[in-house]
Amino acid sequence: MEMQCKKLKERVSLLVVVLLLCSSTKAENKINATTDTGDGGGAPPSGYKIVTFNWQHVKNPYIISVWIMVASIAKMVFHMSSKLTTIIPESALLIFLGLLLGGVVWAADHVASYTMKPTLFFFYLLPQIVLDAGYFMPNRLFFGNLGAILTYAVIGTVWNAAAVGLSLYGVYLTGLMGDLNVDGMLDFLLFGSLLAAVDPVAVIAVFEEVHVNDVLFIIVFGESLLNDGVTVVLYNVFDSFIAIGGVNVTGVDCVKGVVSFFVVALGGTLIGIIFAFLLSYISRFTKRVQIIEPGFVFIISYLAYLTAEMLSLSSILAITFTGVCCQKYVRANLSEGSATTVRYMMKLLASGSETIIFMMLGISAVDVSIWEWNTAFILLTLLFIAVYRVIGVVTLTWILNRYRVVPLGFIDQVVMSYGGLRGAVAYGLVALLDENRVKEKKLFFSTTVIVIYFTVVLQGCTTKSLVTWLKVKRSEHRDPLISEKLHGRAFDHILSAIEDISGQIGHHYIRDKWENFDKKYISKLLMRKSALKSKDQILDVFHNLNIKDAITYIAEGERRGSLAFIKTPSALQLVNVNFNSNKQSEVEAPTSSVLREDASAICLDMQAVELRRKSLRDCEDVYTHHLLQQYLYKPKKQQKYKYSRHEVTSNEDDAQEKEIFEKTMKRRLASFKSTKHGVSQSKKLAKHYKKDPSQKKRSDEMLSNGGQLVFHDPEFSDPEDPCEFDVISNGGSNFISNVARQALADTCNGIDNLVFIPEEETVTSQALPPWATNNDTVALSQRAQVQMPWSPNNFRRLMPLRLSSRSTDSFLLADIPVPEEHPLSFLPEGTAL
Amino acid sequence: METDQCTLYYKSKTVNSALSRTEWIQLKEVLSFHDWKLVTLALPKSCHLSSHQITVSSSHICRLYDRFHALDKDDKGSLNRSDFQNISELAVNPLGDRIINAFFPDGMDLIDFNSFVRILARFRPVDQNPKKEPNAPEPINSRVNKLKFAFQLYDQDKDGKISKSELLQVLRMMVGVQVTEEQLESITDRTIQEADLDGDDAISFEEFKKSLDKVDIEHKMSIRFLR
Repeated sequence: MEMQCKKLKERVSLLVVVLLLCSSTKAENKINATTDTGDGGGAPPSGYKIVTFNWQHVKNPYIISVWIMVASIAKMVFHMSSKLTTIIPESALLIFLGLLLGGVVWAADHVASYTMKPTLFFFYLLPQIVLDAGYFMPNRLFFGNLGAILTYAVIGTVWNAAAVGLSLYGVYLTGLMGDLNVDGMLDFLLFGSLLAAVDPVAVIAVFEEVHVNDVLFIIVFGESLLNDGVTVVLYNVFDSFIAIGGVNVTGVDCVKGVVSFFVVALGGTLIGIIFAFLLSYISRFTKRVQIIEPGFVFIISYLAYLTAEMLSLSSILAITFTGVCCQKYVRANLSEGSATTVRYMMKLLASGSETIIFMMLGISAVDVSIWEWNTAFILLTLLFIAVYRVIGVVTLTWILNRYRVVPLGFIDQVVMSYGGLRGAVAYGLVALLDENRVKEKKLFFSTTVIVIYFTVVLQGCTTKSLVTWLKVKRSEHRDPLISEKLHGRAFDHILSAIEDISGQIGHHYIRDKWENFDKKYISKLLMRKSALKSKDQILDVFHNLNIKDAITYIAEGERRGSLAFIKTPSALQLVNVNFNSNKQSEVEAPTSSVLREDASAICLDMQAVELRRKSLRDCEDVYTHHLLQQYLYKPKKQQKYKYSRHEVTSNEDDAQEKEIFEKTMKRRLASFKSTKHGVSQSKKLAKHYKKDPSQKKRSDEMLSNGGQLVFHDPEFSDPEDPCEFDVISNGGSNFISNVARQALADTCNGIDNLVFIPEEETVTSQALPPWATNNDTVALSQRAQVQMPWSPNNFRRLMPLRLSSRSTDSFLLADIPVPEEHPLSFLPEGTAL
Repeated sequence: METDQCTLYYKSKTVNSALSRTEWIQLKEVLSFHDWKLVTLALPKSCHLSSHQITVSSSHICRLYDRFHALDKDDKGSLNRSDFQNISELAVNPLGDRIINAFFPDGMDLIDFNSFVRILARFRPVDQNPKKEPNAPEPINSRVNKLKFAFQLYDQDKDGKISKSELLQVLRMMVGVQVTEEQLESITDRTIQEADLDGDDAISFEEFKKSLDKVDIEHKMSIRFLR
């Protein structure tokens, strides 16, 4: 209770500070304006001034910075309360804040000094948002649903524009709206086209908090991105028609309009692809200038935007496709640090401009001079927009469902219809209107603003509850039993696997062809040689795991005070005692004992009393639920393919994948080995060992001939290197598995690293492979349990039928006790650590 | 279904995915009754064979066959384990290997398209309002069959019971490494306690079914793709 009070106070105080800050800058501004005018015609400066007050000098950048700061602080404040943003979306809150600040500004000097100019929006705020969306686009999902997305984005948008425009015109002819000063149909079509597009900024802002399934998300998101291009084209066509004059538009002009539509859209896309190519190619050579590496990404994408704008092609499509096409190569080429920088920069810019846009939308509305009210017109627009959106979605979905693998259901359609949020693009376009040509600009402007507010605030707030309401048809509130939870998660995994097996997503044929082509030509051209290697996903995983191991290793050493334990495994037990007891008291105590201790220790607390009322068993249940909640692996579909504006990376998910992957590989290796070498192992080993030299030669040959192996780059085609590589990892993991076994003996499972956690196969003595039981000989086979195979397509290497000479080689080499004269001994001692 | 026949069938269908009635009959002649039944079960409900207007697309079968073919890397007409293991998504699925094993019952090494479809057919959504035929056998995608599939993933020694160690194994696959052995065991104990009705410290299929009474299995274990 007290805590909450305190928190609330904190928040309020922050808000007050923010408000004060705004008003003070405002006041300052005013004072300065007056003093400035006074100075202007005043006396010449008398003598040298040590300090001068140069407000005019810094005015513009200063104001901009203050606005940005205000917006950021506001965002911070909103997020202090987790409840607030779940009820009202941030975009709506920012609009309210904007209205408030606009009111303050208005009250201060009765002029709306700050409004969002179209140039500001289109040149400085929009590009980074679209780039961000493109760069983080879940490509596979996007291209898998491209057909649907394009249908909605092109046909749906044209339909919306035409239907809204014509319907308004029809109503206008009946005289319901009173007397409007319009040219004719074209004005209405223009208005319809600028309102047609669903806004990506608003959609992301709202849908990010509503967790809809990924196909639905990508369709709404992709549509909102691509239809901006469409709407801008439509807008330009109608605008130029109006410029020509309604009566002068001939059939040829109309044809030209249609042609220009395709030219503009496809041209923009092409520009985007060209610049993506350029960007990827440049990023291949930036190794020596790592500091400015991230800059290229932004500057070239921005150039794509400007170039398209210059050629009057669709700049939004251009920058979207720059992002979409370059992401793969750029991510591969950039160094890890630069890639992280790019990610954060991108999110910072996009999130920042989103914040500013919504705030500015609020501020801009506080200006009496731009408002013109026409109840019929405004209400009818709102109605038509909603109705035609629904009609468009339902019709198009009906057509699409005849061809789609995954049909879009009723709920999907409802969400899509409801998600038709209008936003800043419409605002920008309406602000661009030329008042000389379009006489009713004011009315159009006010209507647009109201539509935006209506959709963003009202629909934005209700979308979430709508989705939850629709999804949970039978809302039974009941804590799930542990077994239900457990099995439920298992079902999720099963389903996800079955989907993968049945190949649910996408058009495999085209994708396979494209991937082959990409691998053969494009990647070779656009990726660094080193990147080509590490592109190999599994090698990457393996590499990362090794690094992780090494870090854990060192951390553990530091914890123990020295790295001595590395060299003397026999001393391990001795040191281990301390280590163990520490860990155990921290986390490792069995659940029940923790709880019992907890319950007795905090019994003076209010919470504990509450807890005590429940039985101890309940507490344990709660604890177990919590534990499961936290640590059960999430099924892939829930965590992958999500675009998020605010979260940069999902490290957890990556870690989870690695973890599972490693477990899987271990099991596969173990089962392969046990089936393959179970009985006649020693015999075979001997045989292979005798064969070894020749075999090694053969494998080298294979390497140079580029047989089935993955490594063609110089580093690995060196005959000695792969071997060394093996051995290093060999030694390391070897040690680790030793530690692991030791740790197991002490029932210490506290190390958060996978390799320290012994697999169940090694635990049960019966399943323990013979080579692992011997503690004294260096059990090289452990390496095989830890190590990854080389490539995802090479899993078959693990299969008996496909054993290439090389793989046998590396496997079996690992299993034989190493004699002194073995070729591996050329290694420096240090590496074997 | 013989694979080459299926290929023929499939190829004839790639142009036009709607089967005419005669084509259906031809297809039916090719297949044994049993296989025919299975194929039908994997097809959308609307193309029930009893009705005479059979014009519904068989694109689902085609798609599955397509997929089968894509997985079958060296065109041997059947899939082995490594074909499954090549699906990279399965490697990051904690139950991936168990599921692969479920495709190879009784120690078989290869499965043909027929069995492939038979297993996937379990994941068809349950028909909303099934026609009540008194003596009809239980459809392969029924709730019980869905549950059986899950159950056999747990029940590795096939004794009809999920023992504690079996549950523990699965649990260990599914939780992160941060959870300790003791915690896992206590979770396992609890789960078994919850479900175990006859006190034999193991979960029989009946108990398994019962413990999931309130879970919407029909919804959870269905893929829209396989409608």
